[in-house]
Amino acid sequence: MNTISLDKPLIKRRPFSFEKWAPALLLLTAIILYVVACIVTGQTQYLTLDNLLAVVGRSIALGITAIGQTFAILVASIDLSVASLISASAVLSSVVMNGNPDMVVPAIVLALILGAVVGLLNGLVITQLKVNPLIATLGMSLIIQGVLSAFVSNFAGSVPEEFQFFAYGSVFGLPFGTVFFFGLAFLAFFILRYTRFGSQIYAVGGNPDAARFAGISTTKMIVSAHIICSICAVIAGLYLASRLRSGAPWIGSDGLYDLESIAVVVIGGTILAGGRGGIWGTVAGMLIFSLVDSFFNIIEIDAFVKQVLRGVIIVAAVAFYSVKSRRAVA
Amino acid sequence: MKQKPVIEMQNIGKGFPGVVALNAVSIECYSGEIHALVGENGAGKSTLIKILSGVIQPDSGRITLDGEAVSFKHPLESLNAGISVIYQEFSLLPDRSVAQNIFLGRELTHRGILQNAQMNAQTRKILDMFVGGKKIDPETPLSSLDVASQQMVEIAKAISLNSKVLVMDEPTAALNEAECQELFESVEMLRDRGTAIIYITHRMREVTRLADKVTVLKDGEIAARFNSMPAPEDIVRAMVGRDITQFYAPFASPEEISQQVLCVKGGANASIHNINFSLHAGEILGIAGIQGAGRNALAMAIFGHIPFTQGEVTLLGNKVHLTNPRQAIAAGIGLLPGDRKSEGLTLKQSIRDNAMLSSRALAGIFSSHKANKYIDLAGIDLLLDKMEVKAPSYDYEIQNLSGGNQQKAIVARALSLNPKVLIFIEPTRGIDVNTKASIYQLMRDLARKGTGIIMISSDLPEVVGVSDRVLVMHEGTIAAEFSSGAQEADIMLAATGEMGAVA
Amino acid sequence: MNSLVTFARRYTSINWANINPVYFVLAALIVAIILNNPNFIEPTGYMNFLKRAAPLAILAAGQLYVIVSGGFDLSVGSMITLVVVGSSMLTNNDPAATMWVIPVMFGMGALVGLINGMVVCYLRVPSLITTLGMMITLNGFAFLWSGGAPRGYLPDTFRFFGRVSYKDIPLIHMLPVALIVLVVVGLILYWLMHKTNLGRMIHAIGDNPNTAKLAGVSVNQARISAFIVSSLSAVVAGILLGGFAGVSTSVGVGYELQAITAAVLGGAVLLGGRGSVPATIAGALTLMAIFTLLNFLGMPQPVRQIVQGLILIAAVALTMRRKGKHANS
Repeated sequence: MNTISLDKPLIKRRPFSFEKWAPALLLLTAIILYVVACIVTGQTQYLTLDNLLAVVGRSIALGITAIGQTFAILVASIDLSVASLISASAVLSSVVMNGNPDMVVPAIVLALILGAVVGLLNGLVITQLKVNPLIATLGMSLIIQGVLSAFVSNFAGSVPEEFQFFAYGSVFGLPFGTVFFFGLAFLAFFILRYTRFGSQIYAVGGNPDAARFAGISTTKMIVSAHIICSICAVIAGLYLASRLRSGAPWIGSDGLYDLESIAVVVIGGTILAGGRGGIWGTVAGMLIFSLVDSFFNIIEIDAFVKQVLRGVIIVAAVAFYSVKSRRAVA
Repeated sequence: MKQKPVIEMQNIGKGFPGVVALNAVSIECYSGEIHALVGENGAGKSTLIKILSGVIQPDSGRITLDGEAVSFKHPLESLNAGISVIYQEFSLLPDRSVAQNIFLGRELTHRGILQNAQMNAQTRKILDMFVGGKKIDPETPLSSLDVASQQMVEIAKAISLNSKVLVMDEPTAALNEAECQELFESVEMLRDRGTAIIYITHRMREVTRLADKVTVLKDGEIAARFNSMPAPEDIVRAMVGRDITQFYAPFASPEEISQQVLCVKGGANASIHNINFSLHAGEILGIAGIQGAGRNALAMAIFGHIPFTQGEVTLLGNKVHLTNPRQAIAAGIGLLPGDRKSEGLTLKQSIRDNAMLSSRALAGIFSSHKANKYIDLAGIDLLLDKMEVKAPSYDYEIQNLSGGNQQKAIVARALSLNPKVLIFIEPTRGIDVNTKASIYQLMRDLARKGTGIIMISSDLPEVVGVSDRVLVMHEGTIAAEFSSGAQEADIMLAATGEMGAVA
Repeated sequence: MNSLVTFARRYTSINWANINPVYFVLAALIVAIILNNPNFIEPTGYMNFLKRAAPLAILAAGQLYVIVSGGFDLSVGSMITLVVVGSSMLTNNDPAATMWVIPVMFGMGALVGLINGMVVCYLRVPSLITTLGMMITLNGFAFLWSGGAPRGYLPDTFRFFGRVSYKDIPLIHMLPVALIVLVVVGLILYWLMHKTNLGRMIHAIGDNPNTAKLAGVSVNQARISAFIVSSLSAVVAGILLGGFAGVSTSVGVGYELQAITAAVLGGAVLLGGRGSVPATIAGALTLMAIFTLLNFLGMPQPVRQIVQGLILIAAVALTMRRKGKHANS
């Protein structure tokens, strides 16, 4: 990295890049808010490491989904089908496992295949039929939800104890889910930062014409990003099945994973127009969400008021980034 | 010198519906040579370059690279063959670093892992090869570099690609003096390394400073070629000499020009400064200048779109402070945007809807779309008829019309409000010759009826042929003023900052 | 030249190819329904169909305003829920309360539309995010207001609009009030979109906001108006639905997507610039006809969703294809 440190650059970097530090600042604010709330309400027991890990643990599924959503948004697309895909994955895996430890691996493989197929279809509809990504994935969401409701209407199947390790097990004294999430985040970071594939994801989102001129297939990159996004959603569904010990057709849409994953990505500084942002921002966004959620719990706010505030916070967070841009919106 | 040219384009011909863009144009460039391609806007320079880079295909003619015939179907093919083109619009990624941009699409990897350190080091090495590159950090994101440095990145990209041929399209359009000097040195460095450089410009200074050979294009044909450096006047004469008299309407006579309608004193904002001028009823005031000189910024300031932050504007004797186009239109100013597609048209709407847009916008929102206090449907039809807008029906979507007819519909939009001041930005860009003449006639007719007209144009013959008076802008301010009948060469000198004193 | 223009104007007015294909699709579907269920040809058959379709048709016509202006309004489903739940709380079984509750609902709708529009215009948040956020917020309010368990019913005075039909009318035997509401609201929305300057301005800002601004259009005013129209149409749809659906916090679920699907079926171009109120209403009737047909064919409820998803994607893909051809010709 520093092989060129002899040549001191004469052009200074921007003195302070607001966009670059905004997610960190927001995270810091959320942490302060949380700590102050704990101290003021005298509930300092929430400040222990175990409790902080629990705070993170509550948003693992959201975090995993948001990592995938980051890829879709980086190529200037978006995926609104993640919520119903999460439900589908949870139900599929729980039904296939049906309490039988031998079926864990086949169930995971099937779920991953489902994710790959959905992502491929999303990507192809967007790139080949030229359907607006919002509509393409909304339509896909309806289709998945319809198929799902045709087969199940309640909790279906069950998850064997072995598979509950995903949500409840621990490694090196840390919750396995949390370790897995950070592992996945690191993998995504590595792909985006240190592989040609990652570099081309940014290129396609940043300037599709320049990418095409440089010989990059935009179709391939958009389809790949959607496959990654869907596979992450499927993993989030597996996690939820493990956590709830069974799958139900509403867990995705009830968790608002479509909207919240987008909000997490945007709060993390990835712009909806594509080409700028990254995984650590998304991780920060996910932590902000968990902290704000826990903050509401600590100050014992009404669950419905919480929902109202959630909507407001999401819009405010996006506004926080977009007010400064001069881009026309509609 | 050298035996064979690196690149040779022979008898290239290209036609677009209604126009011949290029007719039997040949140009060649040897290794280690700078070949200047000059000509006015619309002379066919960009078409020629697009053919060379494979963006469009020629109708006739052949291209040889290193003696072998080639034909490019896609820009990527020409790039791989060793031809780099630096357009005025850079094809760079604003959020990626300098090194990432230079290696875009051919990143260095080792077992699938990006070799960022290596790419940064190589970029450093390339940037150190020329003056303009030394101060650029390979890890800086592109968006934090100024335009001149971004241009250096494009040059570095060409070097890293080992291009045999480099085409530069008006590279100094947005640079200041010091940056120009750095660019020239970098170009010379490339030449000394043996690159064949085709350098497009219309600034004489750059031609005399850099070029070994000069080809002058005019109206899609070669007007002159010089194998050694001629006198600048010879080049200019070849560029502009054409029969223009019957094309333009006669100038206004002194008695036709009456009272002052618009006056700007000390006007300034972020992109322009110290603007002082006045406009009279009956007059066509041309504003010339190179790209980035502030002509559009001036128009948008008068029109309130990007308002003046200083100075005072007097319109029809009243001091006004216009902060948005709506106020300007209501106050009696009309504007024809320069970029028809992105600023002038609502493509999916009918011709009538486009023509009625402003009058409807200013009338009440609940009033009928058929008639308002300014005009009604019959009135707009009459106006469109009078301007001879050719369409099967005025209910037709405007996107199906030719550029000239679209432009007339936008003129009708402005006229429906009876403006006292009318600003035309590039009124004939992309319009065929016959329609051009009718638009000039229309402008003169409007002036006769007492409208004050400002025309902003990059087309020098048009500026000279139409304007009763010409203001020349340079670096954000008015650098010179000419009365009718000015010489194009003088205007060009003033626009490029060559002329110290005002004529 | 002039005679050519006049001739062409006359000619284009009878050009069959210019008729929106949604009308043919709707006609074909109605024939299919009649073949499956001859009772549909009786007034009770088709009048009940129109009554059930009225809320969606009105909602879609309102949604069209936002779509033509270049955005989306996903908050309308939860707006419907809030109207139904809120009205049941406010009326509190008092039949006389309907008189003032309905205006309050319209006021609330106007406020929601205003907020949506202002957030998009001034905070520059994309409409999709804005209205999704609004959707969550309004759902939260509906829960909050009712304490999670909404009371069972609305007074008959309120349910009048959605439930009652005038009987013993010559020729048609029955006339649902909902249909009268649909015709009246449909005409108003048609007039506003196609016969006033506001409608033209909404088309212009959806087509090209730069051009609109430079031509003197108050872009923000037009955009905010579109969001207000959409929210108000959701209030009307909510009042009608309150008439025949029960009071619950899920009454409006999914309506936002059905409304967008209906508009797209009616040929509206996503991201703005083109759309027709009558065709959108036809699109809504088409969607309802498809649902009805699926019912007659004994398809389970979830199949509706699948079909709707396919229609949504197919309709947009077809519009894109048509547009592509247009540009090439």
